[in-house]
Amino acid sequence: MLRDSIVGFWHILRAMGLTFKYFFTKPVTVQYPEEPVKLYPRFRGRHELRRYEEGPYEGLERCIGCSLCAAYCPTQCIYVQAGENKDGIQRSPGERYAEIYEINLLRCMFCGYCEEACPTGAIVLRREFALAGYSRQGLIYTQDRLLQPAEPNAVILDDGTAAGTRGK
Amino acid sequence: MDWVADFWIPLIKAVVVVLVLLLGGAYMTWGERKICARFQVRYGPNRAGPFGILQPLADAVKAIFKEEIVPNHVDKIIYVMAPGISFAAVLITFAVIPFGPEVDLFGQRVGLWVGDIEVGLLFLLAIAALGSYGIVLGGWSSNNKYSLLGALRAAAQMISYELILGISLLAVVLLAGSLNLREIVDFQGTWPLLVLQPLGFLIFLIAILAESNRSPFDLPETENELVSGFMTEYGGIKFALYFIAEYTAMVVNSAIVVTIFLGGWKWPALISDLHPLAGVGLFLAKVLFVLFLYVWIRASIPRVRFDKFMRFSWKFMLPLAFVNLLATAAVVAFL
Repeated sequence: MLRDSIVGFWHILRAMGLTFKYFFTKPVTVQYPEEPVKLYPRFRGRHELRRYEEGPYEGLERCIGCSLCAAYCPTQCIYVQAGENKDGIQRSPGERYAEIYEINLLRCMFCGYCEEACPTGAIVLRREFALAGYSRQGLIYTQDRLLQPAEPNAVILDDGTAAGTRGK
Repeated sequence: MDWVADFWIPLIKAVVVVLVLLLGGAYMTWGERKICARFQVRYGPNRAGPFGILQPLADAVKAIFKEEIVPNHVDKIIYVMAPGISFAAVLITFAVIPFGPEVDLFGQRVGLWVGDIEVGLLFLLAIAALGSYGIVLGGWSSNNKYSLLGALRAAAQMISYELILGISLLAVVLLAGSLNLREIVDFQGTWPLLVLQPLGFLIFLIAILAESNRSPFDLPETENELVSGFMTEYGGIKFALYFIAEYTAMVVNSAIVVTIFLGGWKWPALISDLHPLAGVGLFLAKVLFVLFLYVWIRASIPRVRFDKFMRFSWKFMLPLAFVNLLATAAVVAFL
């Protein structure tokens, strides 16, 4: 019993020494709004619809309204309705464009299959992660919102993979 | 009757001590969250004011403005009274603790203690034990199985640690030759009793941890098995009262440890002789150190199982305390 109590006492001292060591380590907390969070390059956040940034189609939407993303989506959260490019109004390079493009973010599970399915690289999952809304309706993202690129408060870590290769 | 010396000075001292204690208790909640957070590699509260310094204020405002709920199934009078008992007992305890020498303040000779009574130590033990009634009555009157179990544990815990507490203090009384806390502090002018009574100090520290229901002996609360123990049915300001009583009790108990074993405001005399108020500073610094120790222990040691705590107190600590007492008695008698 004496031996037990000495051993127990020693263990307690060791435990307290260990916690004392951690007392002086820098907290791991990220003070989010003031401090940017760190994201890996392949982080999948909110979808964005892209436009051509250069070349002959500069400024046009990439989406051609083919609905492959909607077909491939496991949760069926994407709704696409295609419209014809006509009367000199050209919104996308091909014959058709997405007249209505909606993503229900409440259903989306951010698997990224839509961007794999997309033949033109129009839909990409970018880094916007601060997704909160005041209503269910407000979380059904419509085309005009998806077309606006978002700049999240984050630093992109370089893990040596795939930097800048997405969606090309 | 000398109004200044017999009425105003004690009144002012009492008011100042109560205010400082309340502030100390409130800021202990902040301090514990802050220190505990650092032990867990977090920051703790840092949103309300710089370093979260206004957090206790925000908590208090929140607690006060909460709806006052008294459940239908409780024993209403005792239910409302119980937090008050806990709280009052804690405040009264501090009355006999000297936190400084006699000083000249504003042309008056003022002793830096609220009450200087001959059986201070006895008073301390008696009132400290009263605090458990707040817990036991609160748990009983709540009429809820978790509260009742918490209260039962509080009662069982109380009879376990009170004995150890008393016996470890008896050795101190033998050495100091007095029950008066001021004289016990004076006795420690050259060496704190920690040096003469290392075992007694350890026993006392463990017992006082149990007394203030602190981890690893926070059995009446045991939030992972008893929801919140005796506090389960309490909310709003009544919960806040229990809460602040617990934290003020920590401050008071640290002051007791400092007074009895760490030399109070006196040791080391090198510092306390410089200026009368240096002694007060010394006392405060030691109290803060013991409070840090409390949080440090909480951050390091998991809660003891109830039956193990009982076995530990009765079969191990109690004999140990007796051995300590007998050894001290022998030393005092024959040397």
